[in-house]
Amino acid sequence: MSMLIQGRAWKLGDDVNTDLIISGKYKLSITDLNELSKHAMEGVDPKFAENFVKGDLLVAGKNFGCGSSREQAPLVLKYVGVGAVIARSFARIFYRNSINIGLPVVECKDVEKISERDLLQLDLDRGIIGNLTKNENYRIKPIPQEVWQILSNEGLVAYVKKYGKLPW
Amino acid sequence: MGKTISEKIFSRASERDVYAGDIVVAKVDAAMAHDGTALLALDAFEEMGGKSLWNPKRVFLVLDHVAPSANEVSSKVHERMREFAFQQGANFYEVGSGVCHQLMVESGFAQPGTLIVGADSHTCTYGALGASATGIGSTEMAAVFLSGKLWFKVPETMRVIFDGSLPYMVTPKDVILKTVGTVKADGAAYQAVEFRGSTIKEMSVQGRLTLCNMAVEMGAKTGIVEPDEKTVEHLTSLGFSPQMTLQSDEDAEYSGKVKLDTSELEPQVACPHYVDNVKPVTSVEGIEVDQVFLGSCTNGRIEDLRLAANILRDRKVKKGVRMIVAPASRRVYFQALRDGLIEVFLSSGCVVCNPGCGPCVGAHQGVLAPGEVCASTSNRNFKGRMGSTDAEIYLVSPATAAATAVNGEITDPRRLKIE
Repeated sequence: MSMLIQGRAWKLGDDVNTDLIISGKYKLSITDLNELSKHAMEGVDPKFAENFVKGDLLVAGKNFGCGSSREQAPLVLKYVGVGAVIARSFARIFYRNSINIGLPVVECKDVEKISERDLLQLDLDRGIIGNLTKNENYRIKPIPQEVWQILSNEGLVAYVKKYGKLPW
Repeated sequence: MGKTISEKIFSRASERDVYAGDIVVAKVDAAMAHDGTALLALDAFEEMGGKSLWNPKRVFLVLDHVAPSANEVSSKVHERMREFAFQQGANFYEVGSGVCHQLMVESGFAQPGTLIVGADSHTCTYGALGASATGIGSTEMAAVFLSGKLWFKVPETMRVIFDGSLPYMVTPKDVILKTVGTVKADGAAYQAVEFRGSTIKEMSVQGRLTLCNMAVEMGAKTGIVEPDEKTVEHLTSLGFSPQMTLQSDEDAEYSGKVKLDTSELEPQVACPHYVDNVKPVTSVEGIEVDQVFLGSCTNGRIEDLRLAANILRDRKVKKGVRMIVAPASRRVYFQALRDGLIEVFLSSGCVVCNPGCGPCVGAHQGVLAPGEVCASTSNRNFKGRMGSTDAEIYLVSPATAAATAVNGEITDPRRLKIE
């Protein structure tokens, strides 16, 4: 996995739930993830998938991904090309799911300082978000070793394929 | 130092002496996936090179989210799960068996002291029986299928203490809605929420299941109730006997405490589009509805059906409104049939669906059109949850649901006389 993720910020609010990310009605009628991802974030912006620029970053408030355990939520974000999600905090199942499918998710207390479409550079190795538009740096919450070993190998399936066993 | 129930369960399951904040690898006692989450889990299981389940007797596959199937896509998912379960010898629940969480409770695997994972966020329901149960994703479910183990962070425990007797027509659903409205959507994030107090002592296990079911709506990892004689009675009535019992130690450390006096509580309503947007029913009365749903893993049990039927008896669902009833399991359906409740529902004009999730997830059996309003006993009112993103969902108790169906508008159930 690339330790340096650069892209523009797409700002979101607090408590963005899994039904907003991908509605249950689609999750239960479409299994092709390319098709499904066309409906990503439809509850927030019906044109989100169409307009999103591959590699850009989502920047959200607290409790991002609350609600259902559906792994389709981080999956559609990954398929749309979300480079990483930066949030003040994450709902726990969404956080675990993202790590397990290799979607970088990081917690940062300074999300309010980031404005719409600011150019960001997330350095996972140093634990820093560089805001190239505002020439500022923000610290991210350190990623625990148990989580990092899965994320840095691009997810749990990739980890098992690489090492022939589970991390535990 | 003393331990909370959760710390005790994770200590046992990880065979280590652990406390809140520790990261552990623990053995799970049971694992469940349903037709909304199993497909990705089976894909990941195969991709990881999985050939056989770690212990098929402890794996549960349930068809409940779109059951009977509403489209070919779901039919194929069902087919794959059915074949996998038969081939592996896993516990398999066919279309019409009921909602996965109710089935897990009826299976006897949800017991005091057990650690259970489910590929569904409402797995936290089983805490009502003193289990530590939590929702996980599909990929990690595949890892559990392979190994029977998973990593966890031992949760801190927040105590929520309810004291007082519930007033007339005020139910466990109103108690938990009030709690979610107070604690807010992330107020218990990553924590176990332990429900205590005289209200809980008096509350049936069915009511406790409703409370624990919605712990995740506060961000909690699980809800939990200290097992007592009611827990034992409940398990015995299902033909099981508890394998262990456990309590929180007096000197255990808690992350917080919330106290609520339930003796003055009014019926509560969670208004669109957030579960923590909770108001007393008196302040939202009169909002017209198109659909009413009674059921789900929150409120599809016999006590819920009985309460709603008591209000609907000799009354009709308002013209222009449809009321959908989905018992939480076949066992519940049979009981309702024997008690004459199904006849009450049909006489009053309700649609009685097969046991399962019903319209809760917006996939079938009552999908909302743009502009429609639904009063539902389920647990989520997120935008787009039950169909159109332009529909509105109000979360209510079974009593409020029934009263609302009769009047065609959100109604305080205390207004309707019961013979």
